[in-house]
Amino acid sequence: METEFTLNGHAEVVDAPDHELLIDTLRARMRLTGTKRSCDVEICGACTVLRDGQAISACTTLTADVDGADVVTVEGLADGDELHPVQQAFVDHSAAQCGFCTPGMVMSVVALCLEYPDADEERIKEYLSSTLCRCTGYVKIIEAAQQALEQM
Amino acid sequence: MSMSPFELHRPDDLLSAVRLLEKYGDDAVLHMGGTELLLLMKLGFAQPGHLIDGKRIADLKRLEVADDRLTIGAGVTHRRIERHRDIAHMMPALVSLEKAVANIRVRNAGTLGGNLCFAEPHSDPATLLAALDATVDLVGPQGGRTLPLREFLIGAFATALAPAEIMTRITVPLPRVGARVGYHRLALKERPTVAAAVVLDDRRCEVWIGALTAKPLPVPEAAAVLASSAGRDVTAAAEATRAAVLAVDAGEGDDYRAQLASVMVRRAVADAQPRLAL
Repeated sequence: METEFTLNGHAEVVDAPDHELLIDTLRARMRLTGTKRSCDVEICGACTVLRDGQAISACTTLTADVDGADVVTVEGLADGDELHPVQQAFVDHSAAQCGFCTPGMVMSVVALCLEYPDADEERIKEYLSSTLCRCTGYVKIIEAAQQALEQM
Repeated sequence: MSMSPFELHRPDDLLSAVRLLEKYGDDAVLHMGGTELLLLMKLGFAQPGHLIDGKRIADLKRLEVADDRLTIGAGVTHRRIERHRDIAHMMPALVSLEKAVANIRVRNAGTLGGNLCFAEPHSDPATLLAALDATVDLVGPQGGRTLPLREFLIGAFATALAPAEIMTRITVPLPRVGARVGYHRLALKERPTVAAAVVLDDRRCEVWIGALTAKPLPVPEAAAVLASSAGRDVTAAAEATRAAVLAVDAGEGDDYRAQLASVMVRRAVADAQPRLAL
């Protein structure tokens, strides 16, 4: 089935089997490997992408289900060499350790900034509560989210 | 994990969807958010040859708020309910419950109808909606029918849904203005481990326990105690809950489960907030 969608600002048409998952289209077909496969059951958040501005798990979304949608992955955030404010905030606060969960964390915070520009710490925690990091704590990630919210 | 191949169909209206479900029979399943179905398929528990995508059917996405009821299309996402201002105003218990369902990504895709049709015993909405005596509208080859949710849910992962039948909407009758509604859950994982829903009205009280049994468990003894004490005799209601859970053949750890259920009832009563006018 052909799926027409916008990916990181560009119109795309993908002719994929009906059962193909978005994470496989992104990683294997489009070679966008910033979206990570980890738990594969919608719990860890490593595969978080935006569909029409809302966070979803690419691991459990059919590619066909983004037909007509605007999809943004972590690769679509930076403007050339200039990092997106959320990415820059993660750098400024050293909010990554091994970095595997970071793309999902960043996308979750981007979704937060879009949906709740005035988010307080409780709201930040709500958005990060289902994005799992197994190396560091969440303090620096929350600080990064706070900086991003101030700057956006 | 990957899935075995299937063919995706995209009907634009209910009748076409019902016909497709009829045509492919046991080999077809309705597909909405996919948050439950695709997981099952990835894990190899289901291998349907045809997915009937209901997301292009406008009827399934209607959401209407009236003074006396909420009418929620089966294809309305958890997130839409969670962020609905009027529902937050009138029924804060439903919104705080929806905010606790799984996680934001799941709530952005998953639907209320999907949750109820999946009939996972550890469902948050099922418990509160059973307490509120919600009804569900179903449409199938024989036409439409309406069932109380309490009857629609049959057991673990089992519903009254007939072959080729589709849940179209959920109607939630609202208790009178001023009645209090509460939901409290203990969740060791994303899904509730045990939960209680209470409706505290002069004329009508409800106490329901969720997640401990295959489908939400009514505790009329606890409801009667609350009704006769204007919602104040929480200790007796908690004791009645404990007795009711112990009376159910629940297996190992009965005492602990009964204790948890009684505490959930206490907390649901403490959390209960008045239903406000629109």
